[in-house]
Amino acid sequence: MNVELIVNGASRNADTEPRKTLADFLREDLGLTGTHLGCEHGVCGACTVIVDDEPVRSCLMLAVQANGATVRTVEGLAGGDDNDELNRLQEAMRDSHAFQCGFCTPGFMMQITALLDENPAPTEREIRETLSGNICRCTGYESILNGVLRAVDST
Amino acid sequence: MSALAEGGEDAKVLAGGQSLIPLLSLRLAYPSVLIDVNRVDELASIERVDGSLRVGAMVRHRTAERSKEVRAAVPLISEAMPFIGHVAIRSRGTIGGSIAHADPAAELPAVALALGAMITARSAPRGERTIAAADFFQGYFTTVLEPDEILTSIDFPVLGENTGVAVEEVARRHGDFAMVGAVAAVTKGGRGDVADARIALINVAERPVRAPEAEQALVGGASIEDAAAMAAADLDPSGDLHASPAYRKKVAGVCVKRALARAMEGASK
Repeated sequence: MNVELIVNGASRNADTEPRKTLADFLREDLGLTGTHLGCEHGVCGACTVIVDDEPVRSCLMLAVQANGATVRTVEGLAGGDDNDELNRLQEAMRDSHAFQCGFCTPGFMMQITALLDENPAPTEREIRETLSGNICRCTGYESILNGVLRAVDST
Repeated sequence: MSALAEGGEDAKVLAGGQSLIPLLSLRLAYPSVLIDVNRVDELASIERVDGSLRVGAMVRHRTAERSKEVRAAVPLISEAMPFIGHVAIRSRGTIGGSIAHADPAAELPAVALALGAMITARSAPRGERTIAAADFFQGYFTTVLEPDEILTSIDFPVLGENTGVAVEEVARRHGDFAMVGAVAAVTKGGRGDVADARIALINVAERPVRAPEAEQALVGGASIEDAAAMAAADLDPSGDLHASPAYRKKVAGVCVKRALARAMEGASK
């Protein structure tokens, strides 16, 4: 089936099997391997992307269900083709040494981006609540929390 | 619906996919036909119908969580939402999906049971029927829905003024499935007495369990402690990796007590 959608501002389309998840479609058919797959059944949050302004697990959505949708992935966070500057959240995360191995990073970044889009000044409790849906096996989460707080403070 | 009728036992309805797609990923379910109802807009409405709030099956958890209409009419739904998975799960997960999935550890089946919700289902050959929540849940992940039926909406009764509600759970981590939980709604009368009480327990049996004796005792003037003890007294929960039967039973009483205390407080405001 042909799936046509907007990814990070650009119109994309590809033929894919109806059974394929959005995560695999992004990685294999569109070559956007920034979205990572951890558990592949909705527990770890590594594959989180933003679909029509809502954070979703791209492993729990079929690619065909995203037909016509607007999708944002980690590749869309920095400036873009002519400008690869980090955005404010990325800078804050870097400055806080928020992540180590980087596997969970794309999911956290998209989940936090969705949070800050909806609520630019979340409380620490709201941030913790949001981060609870993503698993990181390196950091113990405090550095990630600090990164979000730094991003909030810098706005 | 005709696709569902033709597909028979091998067809499954795909709603938010937050339970069904993991089952597919883990090869625990392998239907040959998936019928995606995500673009059926008439399943996604929220409306007041007489004394109830009619919530379409495809209303997403996140939509219900943000809805002022839901908060005003059936605040127990709003209270339950933060306990359902995590934000990204609630973005896709649906009210009807949670109820049709009938996980005994889920919040919404207990909410539906406590409130005496009426569930509407439809099939191509037989049309529409309405099922009381008390008759709907049969066992682990099992409901009275026939293979060719689709859940279309749920009518949640709107309780009177002076009603307080609460959801209490104990889980290993926030967002995990509850080891045990309780939902409560208490309506107070003119003199501050308990006019109506509703209690349902989460994950203490193969389906949500209501506690009618404890409810009646509360209306009769019993203390929260006594009502909570009654609610837990006859439970016979199973044990698993996370909690032994005895622990689960003990914590069930504690959850009921906490939920009732908060509901009573809310009803007094």
